Amino acid sequence: MTESPNLVAFTPERLETVKEIIARYPEGRQKSALLPVLHVAQEQWGWLSSEVMDYVAGILKIEPVEVYEVATFYTMYHLDPVGKHVIEYCRTGPCCLMGGEDVYGHLKKKLGIEAGETTADGKFTLKEVECLAACGWGPVFQIREQFYMNLTNEKVDQIIEDLSK
Amino acid sequence: MARKILTEHINVPGIETFDVYRKQGGYTAVEKAIKTMTPEEVVEEAKKSGVRGRGGAGFPMGMKWGFLAKPEGVPRYLVCNADESEPGTFKDHHLMKSIPHLLIEGMIISSFALGANKSFIYVRGELMYVIRILEKAIAEAKAQGFLGKNILGSGYDLELVVQPGGGAYICGEETALLESLEGKRGNPRNKPPFPAVKGLYQSPTVVNNVESISNMPWIINNGGDAYAQIGIGRSTGTKLISASGHIQKPGVYEIELGVSVEEFLNSDEYCGGIRKGHHLKALVAGGSSVPILPANLITKTAAGEDRLMTYESLSDGGFATGTMLGSGGFIVFDETACIVRNTWNFSRFYHHESCGQCSPCREGTGWMEKVLHRIEHGHGSMHDIDLLVDISKKIEGNTICPLGDAAAWPVASAIRHFRDEFVWHITNPQEATAPGAVYMGDMALV
Repeated sequence: MTESPNLVAFTPERLETVKEIIARYPEGRQKSALLPVLHVAQEQWGWLSSEVMDYVAGILKIEPVEVYEVATFYTMYHLDPVGKHVIEYCRTGPCCLMGGEDVYGHLKKKLGIEAGETTADGKFTLKEVECLAACGWGPVFQIREQFYMNLTNEKVDQIIEDLSK
Repeated sequence: MARKILTEHINVPGIETFDVYRKQGGYTAVEKAIKTMTPEEVVEEAKKSGVRGRGGAGFPMGMKWGFLAKPEGVPRYLVCNADESEPGTFKDHHLMKSIPHLLIEGMIISSFALGANKSFIYVRGELMYVIRILEKAIAEAKAQGFLGKNILGSGYDLELVVQPGGGAYICGEETALLESLEGKRGNPRNKPPFPAVKGLYQSPTVVNNVESISNMPWIINNGGDAYAQIGIGRSTGTKLISASGHIQKPGVYEIELGVSVEEFLNSDEYCGGIRKGHHLKALVAGGSSVPILPANLITKTAAGEDRLMTYESLSDGGFATGTMLGSGGFIVFDETACIVRNTWNFSRFYHHESCGQCSPCREGTGWMEKVLHRIEHGHGSMHDIDLLVDISKKIEGNTICPLGDAAAWPVASAIRHFRDEFVWHITNPQEATAPGAVYMGDMALV
């Protein structure tokens, strides 16, 4: 195989961030940067393709398999393309006590999709997650860094409508 | 009002900034420790305080510090466990986002005590917004000379690194956390060697919970003895309790250890009682892993004494009639809650979060989830109840890390105390699977 031009690359700003992350660890321990750097990668590309994982392996001077085994272990990394907004819905006990299952049913109906699916317009991906450490403010879901708490059917409608604009 | 050690200033406007935190007396403990004390003296105060690991294990923090190996020329590390993921627990989340400098001040004091020059705060990845709050606070502290090279002119150097996780409950187990911090899958390590001897990068390491470390500024300012005077017996100091479920006022509360369960549950200072028109059916006092107790055993021990919020009182009666303080995840169930459904839900959690390294946990958690799913959905048989007990016993104690125990206990305790409800699901499948159906039997409600 001939060398193909590297189509995958961090933006200059993100590359700076990545360098700053790698510099946090002792000499020779740059593999410690893997989880944070994968978060930066996901921020840029939305999900982690094998090309992106290989690229990250190159930057950290580790084997691609070392990236794959980590990316497949931790549930925050998306291994398939996702919609513009990934809704990570808490399905664990305390949220369920607060009516989390009913609100979840409403959300699925509203979006017309099941867990793991993306809406036809590519706007929303629905993902079920375990406890988000916000049990006193349940039901809860998260979109990127934002927590949406004390959810009701009405609140869900409002959030989805606002994000659909 | 009860004394507040961690949350006294938490509602002061702007407390997340260095200036406001400093005005409230912040960083005076760092000055005191670094300028007037030796590291050994700081460790001594931690030992005297009797403060126990607030992540759930309850191991005395000062003693843990005492185990740290100190070979010449080898770096030592302090790692703060902020991977809070135990269902029902959200106190560290609350503390870090509201008053980030408290943890940072605690980290500086603790790192100084342990002789660590690079320390890590491992925060669950879902809390990226909290990570940004912490990083901002660290930059402020550094700009003021409390972090970095030659802190307060003492010659002591410290760098703090905030590390995001990737969404894995197992990384709350300290050796899994260290693996993760090294950029690997969160598979717990075999022990020994313990992290105190070979931890991060095979160097001596201490791993402590957010809340544990956040007690250090108060302990240095007021002395370990003063801390030990709060609480009862070996349950010293205060504890953050995350209260959720069917109560009037869910939230995070700081209690003096020793307040009664009854008072914590019903007083307006805390949970404010069960939601209006309902009754207490069951309670999980220390996060999803600890045994669930029915109403009659949570406010009183089997001997009829008031149950207190202490490590000892909550575990009074062993697992037959008691439970554990654990992480302080206080989940309240009223009579509308279905114990079978909740047990299935918790089982699914542990199955999902098992790292897969040990077969009893990898296979057992999945098996329990499947059996509970069929009971909940009307396809169970009477044999399934004993099968669940049998599986839970075969997981317990047979795994590298405590996740196996954590998965077994909720199932075993639910059957121990709510067997009738399981039987009802099996013998009345149609009734039990009707929307909103809940077993009302003759169980004791309070």
